[in-house]
Amino acid sequence: MQLEAMDRELMCSGHVGCPGCGATIAMRFALKTLGEKTIMVLPACCWSVIAGPFPQSSLKIPVIHTAFETGGATASGVRAALDMRGDEETTVVVWAGDGGTFDIGFQALSGAVERNENFIYICYDNEAYMNTGIQRSSSTPYGAWTTTTSGSDWKKLRKKNIVEALVAHRIPYAATANIAYPEDLVRKVRKARETKGSRFLHIYASCPTGWRIPAEMSVRIARMAVQTNIFPLYEVENGIDYTINVKPREYLVREYFKLQGRFRHLSEEDLDQIQGMVNEDWERLLRKAGERA
Amino acid sequence: MKKVLEGSQAVAEAVRLAKVQVISAYPITPQTHIVEILSDYVATGRMNAKYLRVESEHSCMAALIGAQSAGVRTFTATCSQGLALMHELLHWAAGARLPIVMGEVNRALAPGWNIWCDQTDSLAQRDTGWMQLYCEDSQEVLDATILAYRLAERVNLPTMVVLDAFYLSHTYEPVDVPEQEEVDRFLPPYKPAFTLDPGHPYSLSPLVTPNAYMEMRHDIALAMEDALAIFDEVEGEFARIMGRRYGAVEEIDTDDADVIFVTSGAVTSTVRLVLEELRSRGEKVGALKIKLFRPFPTEAVRRALSKGRKAVVVDRNYSFGASGIFAQEVRAALCNAPGHPPVFGYIAGLGGRDITTQMLSHIYFEVKESEAPLRESVWVGRQEVNRAT
Ligand SMILES: Cc1ncc(C[n+]2csc(CCOP(=O)(O)OP(=O)(O)O)c2C)c(N)n1
Ligand SMILES: [Mg+2]
Repeated sequence: MQLEAMDRELMCSGHVGCPGCGATIAMRFALKTLGEKTIMVLPACCWSVIAGPFPQSSLKIPVIHTAFETGGATASGVRAALDMRGDEETTVVVWAGDGGTFDIGFQALSGAVERNENFIYICYDNEAYMNTGIQRSSSTPYGAWTTTTSGSDWKKLRKKNIVEALVAHRIPYAATANIAYPEDLVRKVRKARETKGSRFLHIYASCPTGWRIPAEMSVRIARMAVQTNIFPLYEVENGIDYTINVKPREYLVREYFKLQGRFRHLSEEDLDQIQGMVNEDWERLLRKAGERA
Repeated sequence: MKKVLEGSQAVAEAVRLAKVQVISAYPITPQTHIVEILSDYVATGRMNAKYLRVESEHSCMAALIGAQSAGVRTFTATCSQGLALMHELLHWAAGARLPIVMGEVNRALAPGWNIWCDQTDSLAQRDTGWMQLYCEDSQEVLDATILAYRLAERVNLPTMVVLDAFYLSHTYEPVDVPEQEEVDRFLPPYKPAFTLDPGHPYSLSPLVTPNAYMEMRHDIALAMEDALAIFDEVEGEFARIMGRRYGAVEEIDTDDADVIFVTSGAVTSTVRLVLEELRSRGEKVGALKIKLFRPFPTEAVRRALSKGRKAVVVDRNYSFGASGIFAQEVRAALCNAPGHPPVFGYIAGLGGRDITTQMLSHIYFEVKESEAPLRESVWVGRQEVNRAT
């Protein structure tokens, strides 16, 4: 693996993430790539806790913690101030969960990227509100149990396609990434850092605690999400040019679902139906990338 | 230089003179003139600032929290629904000790939709940790806005400059606009107490356990207490350069007064007229104008009102289930002062209804003739309502 600045470490051990937390892996690789000249805006999410309680911090960069729904707006303000101070070098990065991005922070994010604010917005996606104890978000996938989609009320709605929503804003750069593909992740963070304007990264970050999987399965599950086409790795430039980065081996989704406690209740018919949805989404993506007529 | 300005223009002039670096705003009547003028100042280069045209008031305050934390002077203006939408972040701005300054145009809250004057919007934010200055005329609006920066940056707490919808925001008056050089002498460039800086990485507003939270809150409480003296100091500096001074409170004819009105905002001007008229008829009446609402100038209020036999608070606001909000504060300030006068509470002018001189002299005579208040609040100027049954 050729990873840039592999020995640069801007995240300390001793953080309070759960064992196997995908969000901490995502942060570690992102910071290695972003470097010291970074200011991070951190709306409420698991990372508000993982970063450590006052007076400690597990991050060696300046961080401004901010209200749950304000990532896009707070970062706009930080950027404006740096510009007024003549600091064009420092990168402003929002680090938010799926809830803070897909749901409550969506308005501020949409507003900011419509203005093409010059920052990177990174959403680490663990597919539920994990900080508050595994409640569903609009990123929670079809079929999942959460504490607010429990029993027979498991989620019967699709996951919101956040990247497509961002692409519709015609931002300079939007991409998906995954903790099981660090080379691809690092390349995308670097590309985002070198692009100007609004940049969006959607990072798949498994959550053993919330998904009811063993900690040591975290990265394996993440890899399977790509290989089943559940979470394709692709990037979109200027809202137009699609590139699919990894051609998966197209495992069946049931192999991914069977390993996770959050999907335990699903029947074979449910899994067939989900397979159909995944296939349909993948075909659509291939068409957008010009790989299917 | 004397100019004829709207209250909104007075705010904008002050913001220009204060050399604000980041402005963010979302339009809402009757704040719009302020933010339109500022947008023009930035577009035409009269101000060297960034103007963030955000998608909501909530994002506006979040953006200013970000900008101020990154070390620059900031401004916004809003009112009513917009201020209510900001509520969560008003707490945040104060808790994060950021000296953000806001122009707040007092407008009624819906429903029903009402764009006219009412103080409930700003007073409902009294517990957020913002300092609040209520202004009587456009000169005071301009002066208070410039002063607010000096005050906020000394205390490290955000400050709201409050002006009445339309009575001030859209009314033209002669205003003495100071020279840039005078303002520069009064207001040095912003030196943040802490800032986001990759060279010195800090974590701002992180998770705080019960171990430290209370001390942080206590620090804010102490800062608010100190702000009373700092306000006087800063006003003194302002007066030395500009020749104008207002006081946290202003006593008008209180020394020999039996009945003392308590007012805030533009209605104080109306009370001044009523006082002239009543005094000419030999009535012993005075007034106490409260400019500084947070921190509340408890001692000054006690001192002034203890001179009279009765205090009467005119509130253009209401706290449902309680009373007028200034009346509550005045009662709280007086209750531990031995032998304090009774406090009469009157509710007037909600949602932009005029508070007339007749109304005020009626209040005066009613209070003069009553030994003690029969009710916490008397609503004046109400019409008969025919209710369908
Ligand atoms: C206005 C507001 N509502 C609710 C909360 C409570 N809250 C804090 S974090 C969180 C969930 C965060 O979910 P997500 O963004 O997915 O991040 P995760 O915790 O999963 O990492 C919630 C609901 C809050 N802080 N603010
Ligand atoms: Mg989440």
